[in-house]
Amino acid sequence: MRPLTLSRLLLRCGILAAILFVVVVIAIKLGAVQVSLYGLGRDLIRVLLGQSSSISSDYGMIIVDIRLPRILLAIVVGASLSVAGASFQALLRNPLADPYVLGVSSGAAVGSIVALLIENQLSFSPAFAGLFTPLGASIGAGAAIAAVYFLGRRDGRIDSSTLLLSGIIASSFLSAIVMFLMSTLSGGNLRGYSYWLMGSFSTLPPPSLLYLLGIGFLVAAGAIYTTASDLNLLLAGEKEAMHLGVDVHRVQIVVYVAASILTGLAVSVSGAIGYVGLLIPHGMRLIFGSDHRMLLPASALGGAIALVIADTAARTVVAPSEVQVGAVTAVIGAPFFIYLLRRGLK
Amino acid sequence: MSSPLRTPVGADTPRSNPDVRLSVEQASYVYAPNPAQAPLFTLEALSFQAKPGEIVAILGPNASGKSTLLKLISGSLEPLSGRVFLNGFATHSLPPKTRAQRIALVQQESQLLFPSRVWEFVMQGRHSHSRGLHFESQEDVTVASNALAQVGATHLTDRWMDKISGGEKQRVILARALAQQPLLLLLDEPTLHLDIGAQVDLLESLRKLAAQNRYTVVVVTHELNLAGEYADQVVLLQKGKCLRVGPPAAVYQRDLLEQVFQAPLSVEMTTSGRPRVTLFSDK
Repeated sequence: MRPLTLSRLLLRCGILAAILFVVVVIAIKLGAVQVSLYGLGRDLIRVLLGQSSSISSDYGMIIVDIRLPRILLAIVVGASLSVAGASFQALLRNPLADPYVLGVSSGAAVGSIVALLIENQLSFSPAFAGLFTPLGASIGAGAAIAAVYFLGRRDGRIDSSTLLLSGIIASSFLSAIVMFLMSTLSGGNLRGYSYWLMGSFSTLPPPSLLYLLGIGFLVAAGAIYTTASDLNLLLAGEKEAMHLGVDVHRVQIVVYVAASILTGLAVSVSGAIGYVGLLIPHGMRLIFGSDHRMLLPASALGGAIALVIADTAARTVVAPSEVQVGAVTAVIGAPFFIYLLRRGLK
Repeated sequence: MSSPLRTPVGADTPRSNPDVRLSVEQASYVYAPNPAQAPLFTLEALSFQAKPGEIVAILGPNASGKSTLLKLISGSLEPLSGRVFLNGFATHSLPPKTRAQRIALVQQESQLLFPSRVWEFVMQGRHSHSRGLHFESQEDVTVASNALAQVGATHLTDRWMDKISGGEKQRVILARALAQQPLLLLLDEPTLHLDIGAQVDLLESLRKLAAQNRYTVVVVTHELNLAGEYADQVVLLQKGKCLRVGPPAAVYQRDLLEQVFQAPLSVEMTTSGRPRVTLFSDK
């Protein structure tokens, strides 16, 4: 018997954070323009000291204004999608649940675009407008998961294959709506249909939105983390969890709302990047076991590492051009999904 | 909390008897798809009481209302009329955490989504006793290993739940219930998937646990002989009606059991004063 202790938890998270750091340094170095490790270290220290202005070189500009924000974005989006995936898997008791597969990301995309449309009609102050798209995306995500949940229920129980089919149908339906809405949208907010369909980090959001994204992630993921040990029991079923002392309805509402917000935030800035929420929690479960107290932070860090790597690949493999990061995750994720599905059906 | 549900009901009621731990008082329940339609199933009002250390068997054929009664006792269903009290508190009104500290339920089989170790599974029983992120304390470890020892499953501690036999799993599920350190231990058809030796083992350990730890044990079963041998009280149900409550020797009457179970049988008393039922074929 070796129960999880706080120090073991922190040690493991520390190792993952160190890996993330190394990955980030490599990701900054790689790209269409070569950056020397020495110049990189010097410039990073200057950024940390708040002397960004003293960085004179073009390299510095590439790092501070282009690569670093994009990497930070990949970190937050990867962490959000992984934590949302792990949460949906526990909430729906389905190991194949993932924001993309369940159509939640498509719901968030529709929500974002509707929010953009409303924004164009009314004239909001810029501060509020920045908040409006992620809000619309979160509501869209919440509505999509609610719809998929009720469609996937049969005789009061969630049936695994019905749930997945509902998700796939919802996803294609919502993608069609995205396509329809895109044709009515025009102007500066237009990001292109493929952006919402596959996801990409090529369009950087304004810095204020990056802050909002970071804070939103911390709040929502923190809320989910307070239910970590309840989620462990919820895996055994709602009734059993209740008899073991879990306030099932409270946990379900907290996790459902927070996971929808995480998905909404991620989709509103990067489009629908698939399979991260499926692959990463599974990988982390293989390494660390299925205790959510360990799994949730490990998934957050693992998702960050994975998306930084995937995005670096997306912008270097075909440099100086680039592919969408969602294409990279789908190429790896879809076969993995099939593998899990086949294994589960046996 | 100062809500009325936390306050024991007045001392003028019969349940003020300090010996009584579980008191089912005129509890009834009705399943109906909607209030306008005829009910699908009715559990008529019934009453019984149980003391610490007592084993109560809820006995009856299929669809007699056994599981409904167990849900009323566990507090997961609210009685339509009447009440179920545990030490003076209505079980339905207890907050989930408090309820889990006092009532443990052993169900037929737990479905596992992701594999876990036996000790992790037993540790789930400690959930209601911890706070915050629920990092297990040394005390939790001690309670969980004692629980495993009490059901004779210490050797399974580090095994995977999906790699042990049905009988072993049943014992581990019982250990998780013991780790809750409850006052009331409820078991729903615990012998269903067990062979006869494992059935006797389980009930033997229940009798020992009830005596040692002063649990009140309520077992739902349709095994006439196991109930007759191990129960202190039997609650006999048929089609939602409670026919008899009492010690097995008083409840086990040939005519009554033949009528309830729709099978010809004979009842004899053993030297220990326990009834033994033999079923035989019509022809």
